Amino acid sequence: MLALQKAILAKRDPNKPLITLCSGTACCATGSDAVAAAIKAELEKQGLADTVSFRRTGCHGFCERGPIVTIYPQDICYLNVSPEDVPEIISKSIKGHEVIERLLYTDPNTGERIVHESEIPFYKHQTRLVFGANPLIDPTNIEDYIAIGGYQALAKVLEEMTPEEVLEEVKSANLRGRGGGGFPAGRKWESTRNAPGEPKYVIVNCDEGDPGAYMDRSLMEGNPHRVLEGLTIGAYAIGSHQGFVYVRQEYPLAVKNLSIALDQAREYGFLGDDILGSGFNFDVRIHRGAGAFVSGESSALMNAIEGKVGEPRPKYIHTSESGIWEKPSDLNNVETWANIPLIIERGADWFNSIGTEHSKGTKIFSLVGAVNNTGLVEVPMGTTLRDIIYKIGGGIRGGKKFKAVQTGGPSGGVIPEQHLDAPVDFDELTRLGSMMGSGGMIVMDEDTCIVDIARYFVDFLCDESCGKCVPCREGLKRMRDILNDIVAGRGKEGDIELLEEIARVMKSASLCALGTTAANPVLSTIRYFRAEYEAHIEEKRCPALVCKDLISYYIQPDKCIACMLCLKNCPSGAIQGEKRKIHVIDQTKCIKCGICFEVCPPKVRAVAKISGKPVPPPLPESERIIERRAKR
Amino acid sequence: MVEIDMNRVDGIIDRYEGERGVLIQMLLDLQSEFNWIPKEAIARISERMRIPKSQIYRIASFYKAMSLNPVGRHLIQVCLGTACQVRGAPKIMDRVKESLGIEEGETTPDMRFTLRRVNCLGCCAMGPVVVVDGNYHGRVTPSGVKDILQRYK
Repeated sequence: MLALQKAILAKRDPNKPLITLCSGTACCATGSDAVAAAIKAELEKQGLADTVSFRRTGCHGFCERGPIVTIYPQDICYLNVSPEDVPEIISKSIKGHEVIERLLYTDPNTGERIVHESEIPFYKHQTRLVFGANPLIDPTNIEDYIAIGGYQALAKVLEEMTPEEVLEEVKSANLRGRGGGGFPAGRKWESTRNAPGEPKYVIVNCDEGDPGAYMDRSLMEGNPHRVLEGLTIGAYAIGSHQGFVYVRQEYPLAVKNLSIALDQAREYGFLGDDILGSGFNFDVRIHRGAGAFVSGESSALMNAIEGKVGEPRPKYIHTSESGIWEKPSDLNNVETWANIPLIIERGADWFNSIGTEHSKGTKIFSLVGAVNNTGLVEVPMGTTLRDIIYKIGGGIRGGKKFKAVQTGGPSGGVIPEQHLDAPVDFDELTRLGSMMGSGGMIVMDEDTCIVDIARYFVDFLCDESCGKCVPCREGLKRMRDILNDIVAGRGKEGDIELLEEIARVMKSASLCALGTTAANPVLSTIRYFRAEYEAHIEEKRCPALVCKDLISYYIQPDKCIACMLCLKNCPSGAIQGEKRKIHVIDQTKCIKCGICFEVCPPKVRAVAKISGKPVPPPLPESERIIERRAKR
Repeated sequence: MVEIDMNRVDGIIDRYEGERGVLIQMLLDLQSEFNWIPKEAIARISERMRIPKSQIYRIASFYKAMSLNPVGRHLIQVCLGTACQVRGAPKIMDRVKESLGIEEGETTPDMRFTLRRVNCLGCCAMGPVVVVDGNYHGRVTPSGVKDILQRYK
């Protein structure tokens, strides 16, 4: 294995200029394909095609500022690169040694420009153990992964360790499942290994259904071999010869890169019969999901792999004993598997030195929503929410006020400002009424209505509940009715208490985790933001000015400059006015689409949202004329 | 009535013949081939794979990625994942619905557009996101919806 790595490295000249371009889904959506084409064409044009390497890598995580181009060996990082920038980059930074200032990261506080990717605050405060290799490798080229030491852990396991030793190492690393529940991975492996029945199956869960979380996608797209290596090590420890990777249907690039990775791994002898000459056989099949949130639940996922409807089974039978085709099956999430090669390489003691008492290692979070630096963030367990949101995330967008952060997806909850200094780990988040989940972290500012968010999650789950058990199916529907009433101004006294009562029943009587945790978003929002519920119910007022039925749009006559912008854009023709005549919204025609609010120039800001009180009557005709003002 | 090319259906079934647990994969392939799952195709799978039609319908109606009705020339997916939600996605959805005069899951009478809601496409940094025929449009504003729709005839 070491010899193979050496041979690959020997072919590569570390001083040969290399351009890398981030090509994850988010960057592709912001134009990475066009930039790649421009780079290739320009290298050709300037006669550099043979002397400069070009590599399209997986997601770097700083999706807010993509596409990201990095130039080696100087390690210059350019952000928000467009095809027009490419000729200049190649002439100045590849041929010459000049750095193009305008494409660098600028610190918003100091105005300082930062050249190296690792020194940008977004990256500087992270510990990228699992995710850090993404920017270095082309996921469709196995040699890139081997060059950075890939598959060494697998070789070590097969050459030097017994399955029992591997199991012990993972158990003593105290690795907890990254997909939601946080169950110790080693113990799961052990019970599958000890369960009677052959064959045994190992599964990668890449369903990642939680809206707002995309670290598993980025790992699978950007570094599929690390996941496969972890899976193969697990198969060896458990005694399995067949693995499955379940990928959700919404992730086509992950399926593509994984398929290529599987073929290459077989070709290099890391999968198939007699892996690396050890006599151990193992292969992997991809199963594409078909768009059902509940199918990410382990027993439901196994039903789907069998080709059945992906609905959960009752949990008194553990899948580790009776999973796919009633055989012992071990299922772990993508990020969990990706941690395994690290644990084998560096040892359980090293892994235990990172994190908190009961949560070891790092966790990748997807920091999204109303935050300046959106992206994927990997930090040691125990990092505070404040550090993640402010130091790495750069604080709240547009200078707005922080309101809450939602973690754990639809099974999680919201955490308000007073708990920002809480260290993030499995147990602390649960104590605060939320959960780790798969690591989604959605930041909300003062413009987010908390009741609307609760309604959003309940509505989502209502759609996704499979309907098999009554508490989940009916409970969610009733909660949705109540919340719809509250946001529409039909809330009544006792609604909050009724929500709490339904939540208790669902928690104790639902069949699977979707149902037992479904009420968390409602309970946690009531716990921290009860007053906001009460404002909706008692005063028919939405404090965040979001709920359509409780707000009105109003043009403030003293601010309106009669520029006709809102009038022209209004889709329902509700705005009356003309040049030099203050505009007025006809409330009976207004459909509250918010376009007038959006298009009113930022310097003017004449359109206001009003809630909980009547809209002032329009000015009399005579006062609506704006006299031509002298030039200021 | 839409004419279904049964050779294409047979070609997809051939890929999986003799394997276990492949029904979902087969239906997904049909979906991407035809953009929907015609009932003639279901009858053929049932006949060749010896799977009861009821079981195939149960799966095809359970999963969001499968459609039992023909879809329009362009598929619009409006993301209502949490990150898009907090950045104003509901207003985008309202605009699309209003502009096209259809609800979620429906197709315009001229078969130009089919509208679907999706719960997170994993490009949260660009939210709110609208995807038309696989092309991602990021940071969409309510007033920008019109422009996007006009690009697809």
